Amino acid sequence: MSGPGNHPMLRVQALAKRFGGIVATDDLSLSVAEGELHAVIGPNGAGKTTLIAQLSGQTTPDSGRIYFAGADITTLPMYKRSRLGLARSFQITSLFLDLSVLDNVALAVQAHTGHSFRFWRDARSEPELREPARAALARAGLSARADQPASALSHGEHRQLELAMALAGSPRMLLLDEPMAGLGPEESSAMVAMLRALKREVTILLVEHDMEAVFALADRVTVLVYGRAIASGTPDDIRANAAVREAYLGESEDAHV
Amino acid sequence: MTLFIEQCLNGLQFGLLLFLLAAGLTLVFGIMDLVNLAHGSLYMIGAYFAATFAAWTGSFVLGAVLALAATLLVGMAVEVIVMRRLYGRDHIDHVLATFGLILFFDEAVRLIWGPAGLSLSLPPWLSQPVQILPGMNYSAYRLAVIVVTLAVAGFLYVLVMRTRIGMLIRAGASNREMVGALGVNIKLLYTLVFGLGAALAGLAGLMQAPILTVQIGMGENILILAFVITVIGGIGSIRGALVAALLVGFIDTLGRAFFPDILRMLLSKEAAATAAPALSSMLIYLLMAVVLVVKPEGLFSAGNK
Amino acid sequence: MRPALNLRTLVTVVLIAALVLLPLYTGLSGNRFLLTLFTRIVILAMAAVSLNLMLGYGGMMSFGHAAYLGIGGYAVGMLAHEGIDSGFVQWPVALAASALFALVIGALSLRTRGVYFIMITLAFAQMAYYMFAGLARYGGDDGLTIYKRSQFVAPVDLSNKTQFYYICLALLFGVIYLVWRLTNSRFGLVVQGARSNDLRMRAIGFPTYRYRLVCFVIAGTLCGLAGALLANQTDFVSPSIMYWTRSGDLIIMVVLGGMATPFGPLIGAVALLVLEEVLSGITEYWQIILGPLLLLVVLFARGGIDGLLTNLSGKASGQGRS
Repeated sequence: MSGPGNHPMLRVQALAKRFGGIVATDDLSLSVAEGELHAVIGPNGAGKTTLIAQLSGQTTPDSGRIYFAGADITTLPMYKRSRLGLARSFQITSLFLDLSVLDNVALAVQAHTGHSFRFWRDARSEPELREPARAALARAGLSARADQPASALSHGEHRQLELAMALAGSPRMLLLDEPMAGLGPEESSAMVAMLRALKREVTILLVEHDMEAVFALADRVTVLVYGRAIASGTPDDIRANAAVREAYLGESEDAHV
Repeated sequence: MTLFIEQCLNGLQFGLLLFLLAAGLTLVFGIMDLVNLAHGSLYMIGAYFAATFAAWTGSFVLGAVLALAATLLVGMAVEVIVMRRLYGRDHIDHVLATFGLILFFDEAVRLIWGPAGLSLSLPPWLSQPVQILPGMNYSAYRLAVIVVTLAVAGFLYVLVMRTRIGMLIRAGASNREMVGALGVNIKLLYTLVFGLGAALAGLAGLMQAPILTVQIGMGENILILAFVITVIGGIGSIRGALVAALLVGFIDTLGRAFFPDILRMLLSKEAAATAAPALSSMLIYLLMAVVLVVKPEGLFSAGNK
Repeated sequence: MRPALNLRTLVTVVLIAALVLLPLYTGLSGNRFLLTLFTRIVILAMAAVSLNLMLGYGGMMSFGHAAYLGIGGYAVGMLAHEGIDSGFVQWPVALAASALFALVIGALSLRTRGVYFIMITLAFAQMAYYMFAGLARYGGDDGLTIYKRSQFVAPVDLSNKTQFYYICLALLFGVIYLVWRLTNSRFGLVVQGARSNDLRMRAIGFPTYRYRLVCFVIAGTLCGLAGALLANQTDFVSPSIMYWTRSGDLIIMVVLGGMATPFGPLIGAVALLVLEEVLSGITEYWQIILGPLLLLVVLFARGGIDGLLTNLSGKASGQGRS
């Protein structure tokens, strides 16, 4: 165990999910220690996004259990998981495009400040929503864009906003679904720097295609192929693992040229 | 007992008729992702055409055939002039634009045929009752409607499941780009599918014409039944439309016929008389509500069409 | 951006001033018809404002909103028929019945999305239509005459046309203000977030279904108030008050005037109903003009009057800059 904490923040036990005849997750077990940055890699179709979907509550697994901070969350709806402190970002940018950038983040803050059946007071002038939202935007480097509509941002800024929203609720754990997808080299390294700054402060499960980023950031790496974990270990272990090289790394280099 | 059998046959006939409408609606929605409120207008136009052409030609059958062809043409014209500009746009645009079409068609019909309804009389060979069981007669015309709609349902099944056009229709429903990439003339395909839907609606209208009065607004009430069927059956599913149409046909017909009696057994005579008409017209909506609770995406949703 | 706001604001201010001053004009000119027409416009505008809360801000494309007009109207009519004509009873019943109906229908139809939602709300509204048409005791298809308008305490007299007009207008402004407060509150932002991206709302921790449902119920309740007013205005209620084309009219008002804007539905209601009045003055077959007109607006002038105002202002400011 090379993770910094001792208690697993997230524990997945014998998870399985199929869609018709296709096995998306196959008897998958993994655990992420508190404070750890755990990367999940694998070729296209390995079931990475399906895994995130099951962890976040978007889809229910056919069998197996998911524990978060000791509690069984296998059948909990999405919004309850989020309230427990399990936040996610989306692979395909998923924002409130017709609201302002600050509104986007403020909504994420609002989600964690009790119920929203408050009908009268102007929510845009409530400091307890606006200030944390501004702080999260500042961390994501988007302060200057706060009052623009989210639709006006560039792709790279959308990814930053995704992250700011995931952070806004002060989550205990982040599920990041390919945060570097579609980013240019400069934007990528900015994102890596941002994630590095977050590391230790919050537990992270990172699904990512960008090998350089994964090996630079991860404490531990799990390799998925056809929904199965074929290897799990430190980045060095994984680099050295013959099965992984055969099943994945070779192919991935082709895919990335 | 004979009354019960008769009402069952009426339910079957009505259900099959509703299927023609719902099938067109669900095809157009499933393939073009288009919400067409004016589907009922095509039903109405089919009925008006049939009444007019039958009067001109003096032949019911010839009038019906001409009316069917005319409705097909109207449908294709509507697709070319209006509908194809709506593909890929918001559903709210579909709703508003086709709502405008309804206003137009209703008023055009009133302008051409006048506000009073028309009637379409049957030739003698169809207006005789025929003996179907010993001691039991049934309307020859309603039997003919059952036969024709069953034939059309069979035709639709073969068309969608067994032919190249049907394959394109099914592919189009699940994957627009793929059909485009195959080099199929998608514009033409859409015009044909919309025309087919219009013809089905027109056929339903013209077959209903001798049973009910041909009048303005006749399409709107039945359109809503077709919506209920589509919701129950699952959007885009022909099979779902058939099952749901039969369910709705039976429940509506049998409900109106027998529900008041059943209610009379449960409630006081007076209370039953007050509640029965209101309640029996609500039955199919209650069925829809139950389906929504149990299976919100419909009994046969797109996954297993 | 600023000129667009100004032109729209100008139109809104002029319209409000005209509405407030209208009884002065009709009183001087003796044109009672105009006052009746505008009372009706104000009431239907209130229904459109309530629909806008749900359709414009909430993205819930209901095609059954007229049902609440009917329920509100029938609450007044049926109670009056039974000899209860106090507005202090009738109106709360109208609101409560609308809220209850909206709660049931909303709970069912919000389980679905998109085109299903359109068809289901339409179907349930039609169910309510048939239900009232089947009530023989209350006139069935033919409807119910209301012999006495809702009774309130001394100075308030709904039978006084000018007073009734001002009561309707005041309630309309009240409803617009209420909706405006709602849409800027925490609740309103949640509803707008769910319109924009429901999945994301759930992912950041909102049980969106119940917020949408509450929005649905509020919209239905406010429309029930409009229904109670409409029954009082016509001294009559019949199932046709809630015929499905009425729901279509309300959608047209909202879209024409500008979705998700506070005064858009009012502008849309005035535009549509005045246009209907003008067209029906030209020809008996006025819908043959209105239908294609609507089609043209959808196909070529998206955004309706609201879009037009924005465009005009955009052009004006463009010229100003060059």
